[in-house]
Amino acid sequence: MQMDVSPLYRRRRRANLIGLSLSMLAMSLGLVALLWILFVLFSNGLAALDLSLFTQDTPAPGSEGGGLRNAIVGSLMMVGLAVLVSTPVGILAGVYLSEYGDTSKTAEFTRFVTDIMLSAPSIVLGLFVYAIAVATVGNFSGYAGSLALSLIAIPVVMRTTENMLRLVPGSLREAAFALGAPRWKVSTLVTLRAAKSGVITGLLLAVARISGETAPLLFTALNNQFFSTDMGSPMANLPVVIFQFAMSPYDNWISLAWGGALLITLAVLALNILARVFFREKVRA
Amino acid sequence: MNASAMAASAATATAQKNALEVRNLNFFYGKFQGLKNVTLDIVERKVTAFIGPSGCGKSTLLRTLNRMYSLYPGQRAEGEIRFYGQNILDPKQDLNLLRARIGMVFQKPTPFPMTIYDNIAFGVKLYENLSRSEMDDRVEWALTKAALWNEVKDKLGQNGMSLSGGQQQRLCIARSVAVKPSVLLLDEPTSALDPISTGKVEELVHELKKDYTIAIVTHNMQQAARCSDYTAYMYLGELIEYGATEQIFFKPTRTETEDYITGRFG
Repeated sequence: MQMDVSPLYRRRRRANLIGLSLSMLAMSLGLVALLWILFVLFSNGLAALDLSLFTQDTPAPGSEGGGLRNAIVGSLMMVGLAVLVSTPVGILAGVYLSEYGDTSKTAEFTRFVTDIMLSAPSIVLGLFVYAIAVATVGNFSGYAGSLALSLIAIPVVMRTTENMLRLVPGSLREAAFALGAPRWKVSTLVTLRAAKSGVITGLLLAVARISGETAPLLFTALNNQFFSTDMGSPMANLPVVIFQFAMSPYDNWISLAWGGALLITLAVLALNILARVFFREKVRA
Repeated sequence: MNASAMAASAATATAQKNALEVRNLNFFYGKFQGLKNVTLDIVERKVTAFIGPSGCGKSTLLRTLNRMYSLYPGQRAEGEIRFYGQNILDPKQDLNLLRARIGMVFQKPTPFPMTIYDNIAFGVKLYENLSRSEMDDRVEWALTKAALWNEVKDKLGQNGMSLSGGQQQRLCIARSVAVKPSVLLLDEPTSALDPISTGKVEELVHELKKDYTIAIVTHNMQQAARCSDYTAYMYLGELIEYGATEQIFFKPTRTETEDYITGRFG
């Protein structure tokens, strides 16, 4: 049966087809770029991915083999310390912005500064930490690296915490106040708990963000060819090792750089999946 | 007859103690005046219902009684509200203590994101230091009062949000009852519930008035008629008529009240 199709309807259908094709094209461009990156990463990185990557340290120039043990441990320690510092600071500041400051001048100003911090080039933050924690002390250190990473993570944690707390309905807060609870108990025991999975999601995304940062570590933790757990001295870490090894003339170094890049990508992927799982739980609740 | 005279006659006629005495209360949302010179008494261990069309100030009045409005800058009240003689609008009034004594249940159920047990224990822990077994007893007592114990006694460790809407609302009532307040404010407690849950909550109100003074805001006139001892009809921020429920529903003195109750307006 042939439906009666008016010219107007036909024109709209044609416009719809054009619009749909254009957006599909844009989407596939983005997707192709992403898949291309992943393909190159896997094809180069998988070769380097073996047990020695985790058991041996970065090789000296000219020597055979080697692994990334010192860089992996260094990255874990610095990111770990940065998370330990930025979690309480970021969450408490987020609670302040949402539950206490609200529309006050201090809160507005804090929010403004945080937004600048969020979009500040990380190399600027690295340079800042170099000036205050490296140049004054006299040596590069893991602590300085952690500090630089914390400065990147804190605003992320802060804003996600604030946004997640704002999603908690006001009626829940009122109900807690109506029982005679003081504000700090309402904020910590009720509001923050209601926003828990969202806040954890923010934390995981902040970790994903800082685990690949190179620029702030170049000036602060620098690098270390040897295995070291002393955070007071220069420390090996994956991003800087990748940066140095990828530009080197040695084949085994270049291969290790690919392996490290793949490792970081897989870690960030895992964190993102974890964050999605947490967030889905929130939606279900 | 003006509102204050009516309030006075309502109180003297029964010769009962007033839990709350509202005098010349004006309330402002910024520049907008939400309540205009309201004066009335809320009698101890009785149910007082507030009826009137949307936006008439019923909920606003209820929210002044536990100073809920103080959470929001820009909202203020003038006049006097005496809670057993003490003016609670006094700026020096400790709001947390006041709210522990004047509990409130809201329109939408608001279980906290914690277990059923902790939902009840939350408020109790704020002002009392009970042993584990005393707390167990208190939780059972409160849930029994709210007619919820039999339904949840085997799942006290479950999240409060896993309950049905009607159960959640009774959980919220149990939570308020658990801190043993002297007054319970119910702000349209059944508007989000089905008829069966509504019936349960109404029975509960009847049961609770033996021990508590209850003020209930409702859009449902049958509900006001069924469960209240006194009824106040409000319109545009003013208290139009206040008196014993039978009198308000069968012999209203004001034509506005009669029009609203008989459904010619509202």
